[in-house]
Amino acid sequence: MSRLIRLDRTGHTEVAEWSADDRASQEAAIEAFRRELEEGMLASITGTDGSGEVVRELPLDADLVILRRPIQGG
Amino acid sequence: MEAHPATAPGGSARGLTEAAVLTWRERASERTLRRDGRRWTLWTLGVVVTFGAPAAVLVAIEPLAAPAALFCGAHAVGILHLQARRGARAVVPIGGPGSAALRPGADPDAERVALGLLGDLLGHSERELASDTGFAIQRGRMGIWLSGEAGALLVRPGGRRVDCWCVRVSEAGELPAGDRVAHLLLALREDEAGFATVANSNFSGSLARVRRRLPARSRPALDEARRLARAMR
Repeated sequence: MSRLIRLDRTGHTEVAEWSADDRASQEAAIEAFRRELEEGMLASITGTDGSGEVVRELPLDADLVILRRPIQGG
Repeated sequence: MEAHPATAPGGSARGLTEAAVLTWRERASERTLRRDGRRWTLWTLGVVVTFGAPAAVLVAIEPLAAPAALFCGAHAVGILHLQARRGARAVVPIGGPGSAALRPGADPDAERVALGLLGDLLGHSERELASDTGFAIQRGRMGIWLSGEAGALLVRPGGRRVDCWCVRVSEAGELPAGDRVAHLLLALREDEAGFATVANSNFSGSLARVRRRLPARSRPALDEARRLARAMR
């Protein structure tokens, strides 16, 4: 199962999960992903070597997609 | 320990969203870091000369004025001390002074969950270092980064200079400490130069000056970053 999680006040919340052979779960995850981005969240995936990549469409082949809030200079 | 590299191989094509909107800011690069580092060095020399030269002249003219000269010199030391302290303290390691984990009403369950996720983002030895020192270490092209809750330290290749950056989560609200660090770590991994563009630099100088002003438990993280940065030279 792949997971879409959001960093929030609880530590993190699982927003959606999907699997490669379940089209309905994929569509629900895509919808949840779009909703989060519309609310200002930013999404990224982390590679096996620890590098990161911003994503603006849900990568269905990713194991974990993390939603975070924007950052700013302090 | 081999800290993971920041930025996807070849760089994230689209970069950090937050940096893209800062059109008036010059994008951070090796060149801008070197330039800003030289400016900080010149500023430090300026402070020393401004207060040190009159003190020396005063003693040369009238040795009995040594107490006044000492006061003048102490003023310069005080300014330099405050600048390095501001750079070191603004970063806020997890569990350090100013940490969200120590705020009244902090939810221990949320803190534990956030630390668990942060640990998942890190390798084994990096996780241990974060647990011991409150800093998440990250290798970048610009140097070795240490992310805290409200900023980051960048140990430049060679391990002699540290740049201190103020950067935090917008509307952090009730976010637990581990999540604040995870936010910065994720952004750093997405686009290192973009991260340095968004962040506000508040000090650049010798590693020893910053190290002295960090909480004692966090200093091993800076030592480890220096060790890795020396290998980058």
